[in-house]
Amino acid sequence: MAEKIKEVISRNVWKENQVLRQILGICSSLAVTNLMTNSLVMGLGLTFVTAFSSLTISLLRNAIPHRIRMIVQTLIIAAYVILVDIFLKANMTDISNALGPYVGLIITNCIIMGRAEAYAQKNPPLISMLDGFFAGIGYTVVLLIISLFREYLGFGTIFGFDANFLGFETWTIMVMPPAAFFLIGALIWITSNIFAPGKGKKS
Amino acid sequence: MTTDINPLVIFFASILTSNMILSNFLGMCSYISISGEYKTASSLGKSVTLVMVFTTVLNYWVYKLVIVPLGLEYLQYILFIMIIAASVQIIEMAMDRLLPDLHVKLGIFLPLITVNCAILGTTLFMVIRDYNFVQSILFGLGSGLGWWLAISALAAIREKMAKTKLPRGLEGPGIAFIITGIMALAFIGFSGIFTIT
Repeated sequence: MAEKIKEVISRNVWKENQVLRQILGICSSLAVTNLMTNSLVMGLGLTFVTAFSSLTISLLRNAIPHRIRMIVQTLIIAAYVILVDIFLKANMTDISNALGPYVGLIITNCIIMGRAEAYAQKNPPLISMLDGFFAGIGYTVVLLIISLFREYLGFGTIFGFDANFLGFETWTIMVMPPAAFFLIGALIWITSNIFAPGKGKKS
Repeated sequence: MTTDINPLVIFFASILTSNMILSNFLGMCSYISISGEYKTASSLGKSVTLVMVFTTVLNYWVYKLVIVPLGLEYLQYILFIMIIAASVQIIEMAMDRLLPDLHVKLGIFLPLITVNCAILGTTLFMVIRDYNFVQSILFGLGSGLGWWLAISALAAIREKMAKTKLPRGLEGPGIAFIITGIMALAFIGFSGIFTIT
């Protein structure tokens, strides 16, 4: 069991990182990453939804008829997303406004559906929940790395605190959309060199 | 007030300045994975446009006639996603009967589109920005055309450079993101023409 947990952690957070290795869940990982606080909240929200929807789907895996499983899974995911959305609206109104539609868009985030289809459907509940949880953590880590660059170079701050010790001119381009594309392209380049030296992944 | 904005401004702005992919990052999954070939990418773009207009109109009426009067705002995500799934199914069946040729071309993409975030995103933007009916139709159409434009452009570029030698590890998704970044930079050039938020 302990071996299995270790395997789940290293696979989801690092070896098969959902964003960098599987190229899933890109939409939100780019849109919210101009501020670190937003990225952290988004990442935790997604982790919560992935973990609990994996748990629920795994518990129901023998009860859901195979042919309509997609719509059932979508409904389960949507229910948890509504919880996150209501929680954010009540407790963190500013962040909820800043994230705008992207909280609702967790529903169509491919990571959750991916974990449900690839793992939760065939495995017992607890390990599925862990799998979902660490897939979410892997996503959060990537979000934080991207937003660290974007926020520090774009505003000179980290988590909203002034950290511009070097006194450099902030780069407006970093908070605009193109920088997100360049950064994620570079991160994918780096990770695919680490994991598959010699052969690039063809898509 | 957003209701004062000329619908045509919304239409052009959603194609150029607030393009679904290049400035809102929506629909990235299929955008990256199905942009290897121009023909396929263009067909996917067409299906997305079709579904987007259809679901935006449907969701507009559901929002105005069902969700708001009954105070069901907290259930809106479930309702929207179910309507999208159902209308994709209906479009697929109707196409199979009425336009079998088109169905052969676009059919495989239609189920994929249900989980395309650009579709749900368009609906959510429409709700948040409080568009009226005409604005919503043109916003849906413009967003779809903008998506089509972006995926066709990326696919055409990727097809041209299929034989180019790239640095190790950058092939496939890596370079696709870099190209998209450059495209997004180019599209910033339009930003003075229209502004919607």
